[in-house]
Amino acid sequence: MTDVSQARKQSSPSAGGEGFDLAKLLLEGRAFFALIVIIVVFSILSPYYLSVANFLTMASHVAIFGILAIGMLLVILNGGIDLSVGSTLGLAGVVAGFLMQGVTLTWLGVVLYPPVWVVAVLACMLGAVVGLINGVLIARFKVPAFVATLGVMYMARGLALLMTSGLTYNNLGGKPELGNTGFDALGFNRLFGVPTGVVVLVVIALIGSIVLNRTAFGRWLYASGGNERAAELSGVPVKTVQISVYVLSGICAAIAGLILSSQLTSAGPTAGTTYELTAIAAVVIGGAALTGGRGNIRGTLLGAFVIGFLSDGLVIIGISSYWQTVFTGAVIVLAVLLNAVQYRRRSKLPASTGGQPTSQKRGKAEPANPAQGKTAS
Amino acid sequence: MKPAADTGPANGDAVLSARNIVMSYGGVHALKGVNFDIHRGKVTTLFGENGAGKSTLMKILSGVVTPTSGDIVLDGNLVSFSSSSDARDRGISIIHQELSLAPNLSVRDNIFMGRELRTRTGLDFAEESRQARALMADLEEDIDPMTLVEDLRLGQQQIVEIARALSVDSRILIMDEPTSALSATEVEVLFKVIRDLTSRGVSIVYISHHLEEALQITDYAVVLRDGAITATAEARDIDLEWIVRNMVGENFDLGSPPTGHAFGEVALSIEDVSVVDASGSGYSVVDHLSLDVRAGEIVCIYGLMGAGRTELLEAVAGRVPMAGGRALLEGEDVSGLSIAQRISRGLVLVPEDRQRDGLVQTMTVGRNLSLASIEAFAKGLFLSRSRERELVEDSIRKVTVKTAGGNAMIGSLSGGNQQKVVIGKMLTTNPKVILLDEPSRGIDVGAKAEVFRLLSERAAQGLAVVFSTSEVNECLSIAHRIVVMRRGRISAEFGANATKEQIMAASGEAVVA
Repeated sequence: MTDVSQARKQSSPSAGGEGFDLAKLLLEGRAFFALIVIIVVFSILSPYYLSVANFLTMASHVAIFGILAIGMLLVILNGGIDLSVGSTLGLAGVVAGFLMQGVTLTWLGVVLYPPVWVVAVLACMLGAVVGLINGVLIARFKVPAFVATLGVMYMARGLALLMTSGLTYNNLGGKPELGNTGFDALGFNRLFGVPTGVVVLVVIALIGSIVLNRTAFGRWLYASGGNERAAELSGVPVKTVQISVYVLSGICAAIAGLILSSQLTSAGPTAGTTYELTAIAAVVIGGAALTGGRGNIRGTLLGAFVIGFLSDGLVIIGISSYWQTVFTGAVIVLAVLLNAVQYRRRSKLPASTGGQPTSQKRGKAEPANPAQGKTAS
Repeated sequence: MKPAADTGPANGDAVLSARNIVMSYGGVHALKGVNFDIHRGKVTTLFGENGAGKSTLMKILSGVVTPTSGDIVLDGNLVSFSSSSDARDRGISIIHQELSLAPNLSVRDNIFMGRELRTRTGLDFAEESRQARALMADLEEDIDPMTLVEDLRLGQQQIVEIARALSVDSRILIMDEPTSALSATEVEVLFKVIRDLTSRGVSIVYISHHLEEALQITDYAVVLRDGAITATAEARDIDLEWIVRNMVGENFDLGSPPTGHAFGEVALSIEDVSVVDASGSGYSVVDHLSLDVRAGEIVCIYGLMGAGRTELLEAVAGRVPMAGGRALLEGEDVSGLSIAQRISRGLVLVPEDRQRDGLVQTMTVGRNLSLASIEAFAKGLFLSRSRERELVEDSIRKVTVKTAGGNAMIGSLSGGNQQKVVIGKMLTTNPKVILLDEPSRGIDVGAKAEVFRLLSERAAQGLAVVFSTSEVNECLSIAHRIVVMRRGRISAEFGANATKEQIMAASGEAVVA
């Protein structure tokens, strides 16, 4: 499916001759096996876990993280990091909530009630603008990605709080006579029994996969993440690529914000707090390298499902939320550990001329404290 | 750590010997039963093409890697090194081919990295500075120990690397390509230091692709080919031809200028170009330089490190801005265009440092080869895999890359083949002008000859070729015209029949006796 899996086959020519290598198989399919282990263990521990209804519920939770994580994957493939997605998610939700209340134009004496699709488009555009700010700061003004997106994270969160004075929009239903109903569709409608959020996740994943594997942009992204200087000298528009990934990440965050506020039927300014760390964790569990150039959509989706199914499973069997935090952290640490093992194995295999991976001056962010659930509304 | 107390039991005159060393990576045998002696107090040079196993053997002897089988004999005793610091404690140190310095630290801190001098309360910075200064004086290099390594030229960084190895007081010193970035004067100083070391009983292992240079300094020559020793001799009994013959197993030269085709119109015209030093000191590394290259012509730019060759080529290719002047491609001014636009108009650069600027290590051979010509296999919005495969296979065949196929990882190739991929990537864009910055750096004679043959063929088809080099022999191979650069200007121009002495004199280099 992706270049990474092909690379694995090629870089280990000896594997065929030495028979079945269990350790290697477990290592390379680790996110998949982890997911199976999680499903099996929780199915044994709880009679409620293994059911279609529960899986769909869990999947609609995963959809939020999954969409954020796909945006994050693009940024991480580029060798960057985007800490602002959680705040962008919150801001997009609040702006959508604000628009649903009607926009009063005092000098005209009218109140505008935009239809839901306009609200959704405007929210996505907002996400794109936030991403554009990130991208321009990083690509044009050479602000390290970690710092630029950290600043934007605070600004977006602050704006969301300012807009609502810290309160939450609870009335998102709209009125039929105003023609702006239907906001709950993203959270509650089902297509062939599948929640809309999950459908959106699948569509974004498919588009992402095609973009990464079949378009020039995808190739540019892998190249500039692997070695920006070499890519630039080969005519890759590295700056455009860099700005684009942050814009796309911002749009993904806005979409996730719309789905989340629709699911919660409310838009709060603190929604999505620390979600950026969960998204980074999903990408890392999915086998992507924080130094850029390695990773794919399939792995990232698996990573999002691992985190989502694990934390929901812990809730179902009634483990305290404190322990949930500890478990999630342990999984992330384990994933990063295995990534290191895998890339070390790979770099040892061929008798290369000592080419060191070019990983200087990259904003490396180890998601050391993915505490979640404590501050989320 | 301590210098040799030459009292140990003598095993012939070999201080360190490899006995029947086998090294396998997966199914690949990098070394196939190698016997290698390091002679006490002498310089032993290991010759061999890239991928022959030189670096692997040196890594084994310096404890960086453990061999699959075989013995290491130190002073007549069987030893095994648990790590490179274990080997260093027994007096063996190595200068690696790839620089291993921390660019953010000072020269002093790099020299003493990992074995800092201590006082009772902390580090003895004063003593470290004093020793670092003394080492720099020995190497006749005017570098302040407090300078940050990232502010040094590549050649000076290599000097620091050498100083670090010297600072340990090793009795066996392995030098893997120590001179690849040094100027002729710096090489002379290094050789003086080597002679001084051997007179004090230090044994040296020397590896270099500059065969002539290595022949000057060495006492013993050992040739490695495809993981096995093919020849051993004392230096006084052999000549350059003997080495090359044993390295590649046949007679050949680097080629001669392609003839039989008429030069076309002026393809590249460099007009009054200046480039200002990137560090902001304001001085011009390229100083009002003008040069015309015609279609089908091969021009060699010769010069020492710091003569401005790299900066000139990078400015023409759009990598660094020009402070003045312009570059014309077939009469069209390309000075204001982006790198991508220059590539699509037919002006391409093969950069000097292929690891840093040439290759994407996370991608396959095929994707590296096709990276600069993505438009050629894009169908609308999407990439055509079949067309890409054709393009890659065609390219692999044309530039004769030895690889398992387009899906092999780029890191699995030898240095010479990696270089062919970088050149192949640019040739795949069907350029009109190709600029190559030190295309032969760190690749073996065989690959060098193949690269030059490739360039000759393309020149005969009308490609304008400009390549830079710091090896005179390479100028005197396929170039129709030799341009010597000195301090940012052209100091002389010669035809293909120039002599080494003329070229080296024009570059400001002391003629090596």
